Amino acid sequence: MARQLSRRKFVVYSLAASTLTVAAPLGCDAATAEGAEPTAAATRTPSDVLVTGTDGEMLVLEVTKANKVVVRLPRVEVGQGVTTAVAMMIAEELDARLVDVAIPLADARTKGNQFTGGSSSVSSLYGPARELAALARAKLVTAAARRWNLPARSLRTRNTKVIAPDGRSATFGSLTASAARIRRPAVSSKPKPASRHRVIGKPTTRIDARDIVTGKAKYAGDLAVAGAKPTVVVRPPTLGGKLVSVDSRVARAMPGVHAVVKVAGGVAVVAESFHHAFRARDALRITWAPGPLVSLSDAAIRSRLRAAVPRLGDPPRGSTQTEGEFEFAFVSHAPMEVLTAVADVRANRAEIWFSSQTPMDARASIASAVGLPESKVKVHVMRGGGSFGRRLNHDAAIEAALISKAARRPVKLMWSRADDIRHGRMRPASHHRIRASHARGRVVAFTHATASVSESYEGQGLSAQGSAQGPAQGRVTPAVARAAGPLPSDSGLYNFGRVSGDSGSVELAIPLGAWRSVDSGTMRTAEEIVVDEVARSLGKDPVAFRRTTLRDKAVKAVLDKVADAGDWGRTLPAGQAQGVAVHEEYGSCVACLVEIDAADPKNPRVTKVVMAADVGTAVNPRGLEAQLMGTAIDGISTVLQAGLHIDRGAVRESSYADFHYARQRHAPLSFEAHIMPSRREPGGAGELGVPAAAGAVANAYARATGTKPRRFPLNF
Amino acid sequence: MPSYSFVLNGKPVTVEAPADMPLLWVLRDMLNVTGPKYGCGVGVCRACTSHLDGGEIQPCVVRVADCANREVTTIEGLADGDTLHPVQQAWLDRDVAQCGFCQPGQIMAAAALLKKTPHPTDADIDDIENVCRCGTYSRIREAIKKAAANG
Ligand code: FES
Ligand code: FES
Repeated sequence: MARQLSRRKFVVYSLAASTLTVAAPLGCDAATAEGAEPTAAATRTPSDVLVTGTDGEMLVLEVTKANKVVVRLPRVEVGQGVTTAVAMMIAEELDARLVDVAIPLADARTKGNQFTGGSSSVSSLYGPARELAALARAKLVTAAARRWNLPARSLRTRNTKVIAPDGRSATFGSLTASAARIRRPAVSSKPKPASRHRVIGKPTTRIDARDIVTGKAKYAGDLAVAGAKPTVVVRPPTLGGKLVSVDSRVARAMPGVHAVVKVAGGVAVVAESFHHAFRARDALRITWAPGPLVSLSDAAIRSRLRAAVPRLGDPPRGSTQTEGEFEFAFVSHAPMEVLTAVADVRANRAEIWFSSQTPMDARASIASAVGLPESKVKVHVMRGGGSFGRRLNHDAAIEAALISKAARRPVKLMWSRADDIRHGRMRPASHHRIRASHARGRVVAFTHATASVSESYEGQGLSAQGSAQGPAQGRVTPAVARAAGPLPSDSGLYNFGRVSGDSGSVELAIPLGAWRSVDSGTMRTAEEIVVDEVARSLGKDPVAFRRTTLRDKAVKAVLDKVADAGDWGRTLPAGQAQGVAVHEEYGSCVACLVEIDAADPKNPRVTKVVMAADVGTAVNPRGLEAQLMGTAIDGISTVLQAGLHIDRGAVRESSYADFHYARQRHAPLSFEAHIMPSRREPGGAGELGVPAAAGAVANAYARATGTKPRRFPLNF
Repeated sequence: MPSYSFVLNGKPVTVEAPADMPLLWVLRDMLNVTGPKYGCGVGVCRACTSHLDGGEIQPCVVRVADCANREVTTIEGLADGDTLHPVQQAWLDRDVAQCGFCQPGQIMAAAALLKKTPHPTDADIDDIENVCRCGTYSRIREAIKKAAANG
């Protein structure tokens, strides 16, 4: 497989300050970090970085006098464990105790890479974070050497302290002021070789685990700031429906109601509590005009998608065909924490608190929506209760800002669960036509044509939607941009002769968004099903067939690992079967083996999941295991039971009661993740497992039931 | 406005609220007790799960009037000071949480289950309805078994 992760170089700076503070620039994305511009950053005066309280485009590390190491992270924590991974990198190079490292989330910045997505966080931070901490360590050691008048080389660091051969020790906090004055460290400031890692690669508990289990972890809705009042919005019954008239007299007269204001998406109620807000919302008498999709339901969308799939060319002469057409329904992101934003918009400034994967874009969009210069808009990034791509868009933050402006008061806007599921966003529905051509027992050509729904609006109706492709389009949003990139089947995962693909689309006024693993979640899943069907038609075992046709050693190794650990081929009772699938992306690869009990095909249970992943250096193997576990549940949910129906222009589902994301009774009784040892730099991992898990579930279902799964979710 | 008194996490509280106000919003919006989370408001996601007189409830569908003169425990009141409840400790040991949003409810559901059924079977655990959108179910299962073994 193509390893595109080159060894990157970073220039690390020391900032003049009264405590030791070092900074490393972050490029626009991992790929451009190579050419980081030292001149621009070097001329930045230290006060820009520190006194104003923003970090510019830098990753800044500060050692406080209280012996804390603080790095304000230009990423968002939504459960993927990035704060823990970065804390581990810092602790590793500094020889600090993990509990002494704090990773608050940075406010929206004006420059640099503050994008969380595309499974890029760990790989983009691995270099800068370690370089930064290694320089800080060198300065602390040098400061201690001067204090004690000992050769710097004779000193060790451990547990957030510098230790002398005679046993004397000094905390980093006690050295920070003098370390800040060191210009040239007397020991190496290079990161450790991987062979000396003691923290990186060691399974580590999340740094926020205790806050979570005690209920202390704060999400946007838990904030009591700026006197913000609970706010909800009544939305149209159909997607994109328009307000014709509203009678709010009863609602306004209800106790605890502070304001009722019209917004682009409906009518907002600001009240004393969410109870009062919901009651008043339900008392609004509204006439709606139906949205633009009112004549459209699933069946029509499916046939338009089918018609939009480009024709497959002629197969190689003399070959035999294995073909399949696959359909995937819309899927809600449905993060556990509904979209929530606190906004305080005044005449000359605005302040917003919410969880965002794209805070720089968000600030630009909010500023233009409320008519303020960007410099007057402050965006505080909060931890998020899940995202799966949903927080790439900032719909709720823009809406909250507009409501705050109209109501002239700070608001805490919360989308209800029904708002979240019925008004977007969604993974687009798609249709796939795949053909594998084989001759003399080998695949000689493989082609995959697809069509998916794409979001498009006539006119300005939904300007407050906060699309990641919105006003600040020039900024980097790879996860979204990738949708237009090459087809995943072009990656040449298999030795399948001539590989080709093409895509079409159906444009609809429907709110869509990148969903964990984006196009691969459907495309690669469908391809892995076809790989199994090819194996069957060639009379070969699915694992053996993959082993002989996969190109890359690393992918074969993860496949072998799951086959071995999962006891591939073991005998199971009728109605039960194993299934397997592989995937590579983000410089990483993964295999998944599942066992399913589909004796009742309407009520199948995945009983066991075994995954193996090679992601290069796994900074926190326990965090990686958690990500794989999550993608296994995504695979089970999207293949077997969780999707959205469109009925006459509206989403039929409205909560987890009918959007059937897996619960405990659908989760495997046994889950194992195997992490392949590697000293390569980290690849991406957060989204990696989805296609392999989904493919393995579908293949197991096919083998257990003797059917060919074609339309997902299967029980819908 | 009627007023209701109940014991919240060991301390008496009195609130003036409409009788039909769900406990969830009394806790979150009036008392600033934000551990119980909103995930649906209709009793299906279980993110708000807390205890009423030691049994599991979903505060989003329990009226404050029905809590009068009773004992309400939220995630904030589960530990004994700095000593975590065995379920919280098992959650920490097994590093269950991802985004964490469902976990106060998951922990309260597990604690209520173990109180009734000290040694739950897989089928008992399967009956837990709480949604975890991050998919932490395997670790939840292990943590419950661990807490059962330690309790
Ligand atoms: S908020 Fe979903 S059950 Fe209470
Ligand atoms: S940990 Fe995120 S929803 Fe359960």
